[in-house]
Amino acid sequence: MTAALRVIAPGLMTTLQDLGRRGYQHLGVPVSGALDPVCLQAANLLAGNAPGMGALEIAYQGPTLAIEADSVRIAAAGGQAAIDIIGPDGGAGQRLAPFESARLTRGQTLRIGALSGSAILYLAVEGGFAVAPVMGSQSTLTRGGIGGFEGRALQAGDMLPLRQAAAPEREEVMLPALDLRPPARVRVVLGPQDDHFTQAGLATLLGSPYTISRASDRMGMRLEGPTLEHSAKGYNIVSDGIAPGSVQVPGNGLPIVLLADRQTTGGYPKVATVISADLPALGRMTPGAKIAFAAVDIETAEAAARALALEIADLPSRMAPAARKHSIDVDKLLGENLISGAVDARADPRSEP
Amino acid sequence: MAIVEPVPAADQPCFLASGDTALIVEFGDRVDQRLSGLVVALAHRLEQAAIPGVVEMVPTFRSLMVHYDPVKLPQAELKRRLAPLLEGLEATGGIGRRWRIPACYHESLGVDLIEVAERMKLSPTEVIERHSATTFHVYMMGFLPGLPYLGGLPPEFGLPRRENPRIRVPKGAVAVAMSMTVIYPLESPGGWHILARTPVPLWDMGADPPALLDAGDKVMFEPIPLSRYEAMLAEAAAGRLRLLPEESPGSRSGSKRA
Repeated sequence: MTAALRVIAPGLMTTLQDLGRRGYQHLGVPVSGALDPVCLQAANLLAGNAPGMGALEIAYQGPTLAIEADSVRIAAAGGQAAIDIIGPDGGAGQRLAPFESARLTRGQTLRIGALSGSAILYLAVEGGFAVAPVMGSQSTLTRGGIGGFEGRALQAGDMLPLRQAAAPEREEVMLPALDLRPPARVRVVLGPQDDHFTQAGLATLLGSPYTISRASDRMGMRLEGPTLEHSAKGYNIVSDGIAPGSVQVPGNGLPIVLLADRQTTGGYPKVATVISADLPALGRMTPGAKIAFAAVDIETAEAAARALALEIADLPSRMAPAARKHSIDVDKLLGENLISGAVDARADPRSEP
Repeated sequence: MAIVEPVPAADQPCFLASGDTALIVEFGDRVDQRLSGLVVALAHRLEQAAIPGVVEMVPTFRSLMVHYDPVKLPQAELKRRLAPLLEGLEATGGIGRRWRIPACYHESLGVDLIEVAERMKLSPTEVIERHSATTFHVYMMGFLPGLPYLGGLPPEFGLPRRENPRIRVPKGAVAVAMSMTVIYPLESPGGWHILARTPVPLWDMGADPPALLDAGDKVMFEPIPLSRYEAMLAEAAAGRLRLLPEESPGSRSGSKRA
C-alpha cells in the first residue's frame, strides 16, 4: 500500500511549498515558494529533513489529515495552533506544540486548528512528499496550476503520497520557539523607481502606518492607508523585472508589496523594495495588521541578510530533545482573529496583455 | 509607447538596486530593439561568466534584472564583476533563434480582425499582409509562463488595449496592441486585439525548457487556412506538433539561465 496522508479537511489554503522555483523567471515563471522560509526550514530540520524540502504551507486554518502509512514523523513550525493527534477510536489524544517533532502511526489523525501569532504554519514530514518536482521545485503556483499537488491547494479526499513508508523510532526533538513578532518597522531600500514619486510621496510611505488589506494573497500584500503622490514621471513605466519584496504603486497610489507568487515583470513604478531579511516576517503578517516602513541603505540590508542566514544555519545546534509531556500555554496564544476571507487579488492587468 | 526612436550614440547603462537580492542594469527607458539587443547580449555574457552568487537573470524591454544571493555576493562585488562585461557590449541580433509560426487569421479565430482593420482604415487582407510580413523581435517573456512580447510592427498598429478586456482569451491567440504582438500560451484574461490563432504550443510542461521562445528570438507568422489550422491542432493535441527553429546560428540553446 502506498504511504500517504489522506486529507479529511483541507484547511483554508494549504499548499505544498519549498524554497521556490529558480531559473525560469526569464520565461515568465514566478518563483513561488514559502512565504516564511525561516519556519519552512525549521519544520524540515525538526522532521529530520534537509532544510529546503517541500512541506505543507498552512494559512490561517489548519487541515485534518489521516495517517495512511505504517508511521510518519511530522513537525510543525510557524504560528501557534492547536495540533491534536487523535487515536483510531476518535478519542482525545496527544496535543503537540509547534516546533516539536512527533511520530504518528497508521489509523491516527492529525488535526491542526486555527492559527494565531502568524498567518502561516509549515507541516513537514520526514522524507518529504512523493510529488515530482516541476522545473526543479515542488512549490505550488495555484494561479497557473504549476507544481505542488496537482497545481492547487489541498482538497478533501486528496491522498498526499509520502516518500517514506515508515519513520524510524528515535528521540523526538524540539526548537525553542522562534521570535515571530513583526518588526516595528519593515525595512526597505528605496528604488528602483523612487524618482517616480514626489518628496511628499516618499515621506508618506516612510511616515504613515498602513493596514494590510484582506485583498492580499501569496502574490502580493495590498496596503490600505494614505496614497503616495507620483511625480511628473507618472505611474506607468516600460515593464521591467520585479524583485521579491518590490513595493509597486499603481495609479491609485496605494502600495502593493510583491511576495512569493509575484509576477516576473511589471509596468508600475516600484518605490522601494523590502529587504530580504524582513520578508519572512512580512509573510507571517495577517490582514488587518498595521505595518510601517523605514528606509535603510544596502549595506544595512546585506548585514541583516547575513545575520538571518547565520540564524538559520544555527537552527540545528539549537534543537534539543523534546519533553515527554505535551501541554500548551494558552496565555501565549494571541487573541487576534486570523481567519480572513480567502482572497483573490488577481493582478490588475492594465497595461498587460 | 513608440517602437522606433532615434537612439543616442552611447547609452550608458546604469545600476538600480531593487533591494538586496536584485540589481537592474538599465540601458534606457524605451521599447527599442537596440536596447533589447544590449540586454540580451549582457544576459548572454553574464550566463557565460557564471559568477557565483548570481541566481538568475530576467531580460526585459530595456533592462536586465540580475537576481543574486547577497550572502554570497554583495551588491558592490556584483557591480565590480558586471563592469567588465558591459565594456564593448554590442546589441546582438545573432544570438536568438529564428521561428516561422503558423497562424490562422480566419475571422472565426481572429475575432478582432475586422474591427482592427476598420480602426486602421485598411482591409482585413491588408492587416494580415502587414502583420505576417513583419519580422518580430522577442523583447521579453512575461505576464504568463511562456508569453512573448513581440516588437517590430509598423506604428499604425499602435492601438490601445481593448476598453473591455476579455475574461477568457483562448490558448494560442495572437493579439496586438501598442504596436506589439503577444501570443497567449494558455487561456487567460486579456485585453489585446485578437488577429489570429496558432496551433503551435508555446508552453509545454513536458519540454525543457517548457517555453518555445526566449528573449532575443526572431519570429514571423505564416498565414495558414482554417483546414490546416485544425489539422495541426489535432497533431498538437496528440503531442506530435513540435516546432523547430529555422536555423541555429551558433546560438545559445535556450536552456535555462541559472
